[in-house]
Order: sequence, then structure tokens, then C-alpha cells
Amino acid sequence: MEFVSQHPILVVSVIKIAIALFVVMTALAYLTWFERKVVARIQSRWGPYWVGPHGLLQPLADGIKFLFKEDVVPSSADRITYVLAPFLALALALTTLALIPIGPATISILGQKTQLVIAHSNIALILLFAISSLGIYGVALAGWSSNSKYPLMGGLRSSAQMISYEVSLTLSVVGVLLLAGSFDFYDIVGSQSGHWFHFIPKWQIIPQFFGFLCYLTAAIAETNRIPFDLPEAETELVAGFHTEYSSFKFAMFFMAEYANMITVSCLATLLFLGGWLSPFPDGWRWQLYLPAAGLILGGLALIIGGVKSWQWNAKVVFPVLGIICLGAGALCTLPGLLPVIQGPFWFMAKVFLLLFFYVWLRGTLPRFRYDQLMSFGWKFLLPLSLANLVVTSIVVMFVGARG
Amino acid sequence: MSIPMALFIVCGALSIFGAIGLILAKEPVHSALSLILVMVALAVLYLLLGAAFIAAIQILVYAGAIMVLFVFVIMLLNAGEEVRTNLSRLARWVGLPLGIFFLAEMGYLLFHEYAGRTANAGTATGPVVASTTDLSMKLFTEYVLPFELTSILILIAVLGAMVLARKESQ
Repeated sequence: MEFVSQHPILVVSVIKIAIALFVVMTALAYLTWFERKVVARIQSRWGPYWVGPHGLLQPLADGIKFLFKEDVVPSSADRITYVLAPFLALALALTTLALIPIGPATISILGQKTQLVIAHSNIALILLFAISSLGIYGVALAGWSSNSKYPLMGGLRSSAQMISYEVSLTLSVVGVLLLAGSFDFYDIVGSQSGHWFHFIPKWQIIPQFFGFLCYLTAAIAETNRIPFDLPEAETELVAGFHTEYSSFKFAMFFMAEYANMITVSCLATLLFLGGWLSPFPDGWRWQLYLPAAGLILGGLALIIGGVKSWQWNAKVVFPVLGIICLGAGALCTLPGLLPVIQGPFWFMAKVFLLLFFYVWLRGTLPRFRYDQLMSFGWKFLLPLSLANLVVTSIVVMFVGARG
Repeated sequence: MSIPMALFIVCGALSIFGAIGLILAKEPVHSALSLILVMVALAVLYLLLGAAFIAAIQILVYAGAIMVLFVFVIMLLNAGEEVRTNLSRLARWVGLPLGIFFLAEMGYLLFHEYAGRTANAGTATGPVVASTTDLSMKLFTEYVLPFELTSILILIAVLGAMVLARKESQ
């Protein structure tokens, strides 16, 4: 207890990390479920259905399956690097999430006032890019250390691709930085508050629309997702850089990819979509009850859907989930919780929309060819983001940052 | 022991370990990895000194961009283990004494010249936090000429690489 009273910041951080890790891990698991469900819908299939009602326990089953599979290390692999690579990929992907704030409110843990972010820094954006730029090593080293042709090709492709698109990714964000005048996420989101004509939110996506387009495209390429998933193109490279990986080491690459997806979606939300700000003008009081209304409607839908379902386990599980949702919805109307819940609600809603967009793209677009990928990155995306930067700089110079 | 002190000892040890690994490793990729370890550990040391921006840039540029290219090239050439040549034997006989000489010189300077100051520098006054604004003001006013010259140098290097890589037109 003495240590706790001496280092309150440390203890509060550990508590926040534990909560965040639990939330993120669950989100990762159910993101895979969500993706499979949505892609299945796009392709007129059902997707996971039998493990739990509507396949809700599928992520858990997958996790257990990965844990119990045999962990094969190729005999000619470079052992240390081979083991290091998946750890590097997952650890770095999760570390970046520590810098992401999810709301403006301060809460108190163990009597300590603290913000809704694990690590608050005034150069958070640069730190985030710095940490995520190291993520390439996970993929590149996995490809190299497997000592096999296809993974090496995948590793090479991913290094080249990530270097190419990282330039556009970073440049596309500079426009926002010029307008906001800060690297701090709190300042960046703060600069997006207010409305034009009392109803159009002053989010950066409107002045920085081309920046947003560049960011979104480069972010998909950075996370190695369709249509830019050349490093693991299964028709050409078996499974690319993780061909030789099995068991939980493979799962770690998988989790890292989804964690990166969440990170870039969070970043897009903070930089371009107004972070935790509500799209409605401040004067509209009823918007404070939107989170509660959403939860209650969701709960009712779950109860009705569960009762109508023909699966026996759905008849039990869905109403229970629905009642939990109803309870949470009722909690959200408490005056004490009302202001705290607004930020995270809007933040998560926007992140969810972006994640849905990602999955949607995956279900819709075919894969690029490798030379198309490179020429698209260098000949189209980079000039576009540079032009956006130049135009933004000129406007900021003559009009001022908050024109 | 305070937390910054513990961090300093751990990261200092890691950077020395990485530096030794860089020299001793036979596999080029292992050398590159050791160098990355040195850079990241140094970034933490910068952070402890209050230079958060420098620390982030150190990771972003050196560990995240330059070393990625190193690793990329090593992978592309699929370079195997180092081969001992006459030159590397020469390096051992000349380099080792030179290295020991520099180490002794550094140790002498550290223990004799700065012995009095180390006790109260940094920790007592607290680290000076250099803000990004201060840094960029310095960079774009006082040091703008070296800054621009460096970018021209890099531009020339890029052009040179392009000229070398371009196929002969027939």
C-alpha cells in the first residue's frame, strides 16, 4: 500500500492499461466475428452461425483452437528472430493504442483525477507515428527469419509497400496539424469544435477532404488489408510473410493486423472526424440521451430477435444480452454518467463506422497488382497529399489557422 | 531507486548490449536488429532528458525509416553470414587498440574533467523540457542555412541514385 500511495500515477496507469487491454482484446476478437458476418452478408452467406447463437462464441473457439495447435518452428529458421517477430508486431500494435484518448471527460480512479487516455503527451501524434513505423519490423523479420521463399517475398513486398505508403500517410496528416497548430490530440479535437451556419460541424474532413482521402487509402495499405494485401496475397504467395507460422504465433499476427485497423480508425476519427465531438449543435439537449436510446433500442431488438429465433441457445442468450443492454441504457441516463458517456459514445460510433467501411471495402474490391500498387502510391497518392499540403499551407498563411 | 534512474540503467545497459551485438553478430540482420535496439534505447534516454520531440523523431526517422531500408536491402540481397577477409583481420589488429584507446580517453574525460559536475547536473535542476515550437523556431531562423543545405544534399543524393538506377536509353 505504501508503494501505491507513493506512485499514484503508476497505479492509475496500470489500472487504465488493464481495462484498456481487456476492452481492446475483446474488440479485436469480435472484430473478426463482425468482419466475417459482414463479408458473408455481402456474399449472400450466413457466416459463422453454429458456435453460440449466430456464431457469437466463434472468436473464443478460434482462440482456443490457436492455443492448442502444435507450434512448429521450421528447422532452418532463424530461431530468435522467428520468435521475436510476432511479439514485435503485436506489442507495437497495442502500444500505439495507449496514446489514443477516447473522451474529453476526466474521471477519478482511487481518488486520482485522470483523463480517458493511458498516456497523455503533447506530441502524441508523432509518438504514435514513431511507434507504428516500427511495426514494419514484425512483418519484415517474419518474412526473413522463416528462411523460405514465399515468406521472404511477402516480407519484401510489405517493407516496400509500407515504406511507400507511410510517406503519404504522414503527409496527409500535416494539413490537419497546420490547421490545428498542435500535435496534442486534445488540441486537435478542440480545434474542430463549433459549427458553420449552426449545423455543419467544423470537422477537419471538410477543409481537409483530400487529406482524408489520402489518409484513408494510405492507412488501408499500411495495415496490409484488401485491396492492398499484397504481402499475404494467397493466390501468389501461399500466405505471404506468415506462411511458416502456426498456432498462437500466427494468431498474434492476426491480432496485430486488427489492432492496427483499430488504431488507424481511431486516428482518422481524432484527426478528421472531430474525435469525441457530437455532430449536433451544443444547444440540442436531447442528443445527451442518444447513447441511452441506442442501448435501449438495441436491447429491445435483441430481446425480440431472441424470442423469435429458432435456435434454442439464442432464445436464452439474446434476451439476457438485451436485458444487460437495457440496464446499461438506464444507467446512461443517470445525471452523473450523462456527461462522461457522451465523448466515448461518439468516438466509438465514428470508429465503428470506419471499421465497417474497412470491412465493406474488403468485401467489395479486388486486389491490386504489385506494379499498380507502387505506381498508385508514388504517382498519385504522394503528389495528391503534397498538393493538399501546399494548398493548405498557403491558405493558412494568408487566412489564418481557423479561417 | 527512483523510476527514471531505473529506466536510465536499463536503457543504458540495453544500448551497450545492442552496440556490442552490432559488432559481434555474424548475421547482417542481427547486426541491424542490434542497431535498432541501440536507437530505441537512446530514444528512451532522450525522453528521460526531457527531449520528447527528439526522442520521437529518433525512433520515427532512424529506427522507423532508415533501418527499415537497411533491413529491406539485406533481405533483398539475401546476404548471408559475414566472410572473414584479410582486411577484416587488419581491422582487428588496428581497430582493437584504437578502440581501447578511445575508450580509455573517454573514461579519463568522464572521470577527471566532468567528475565535479555530474553529481548535480540534470537530476538536481530537473530536465529542461524543449517544446516543439522552440525547436522549430531555432531550426527555421537561426539554423535555416544548414537545414536547407542538408535538404539540398539529400536531394542531390536522391538524384544521384535515380541516375545510377536508370536504365540506359537506346
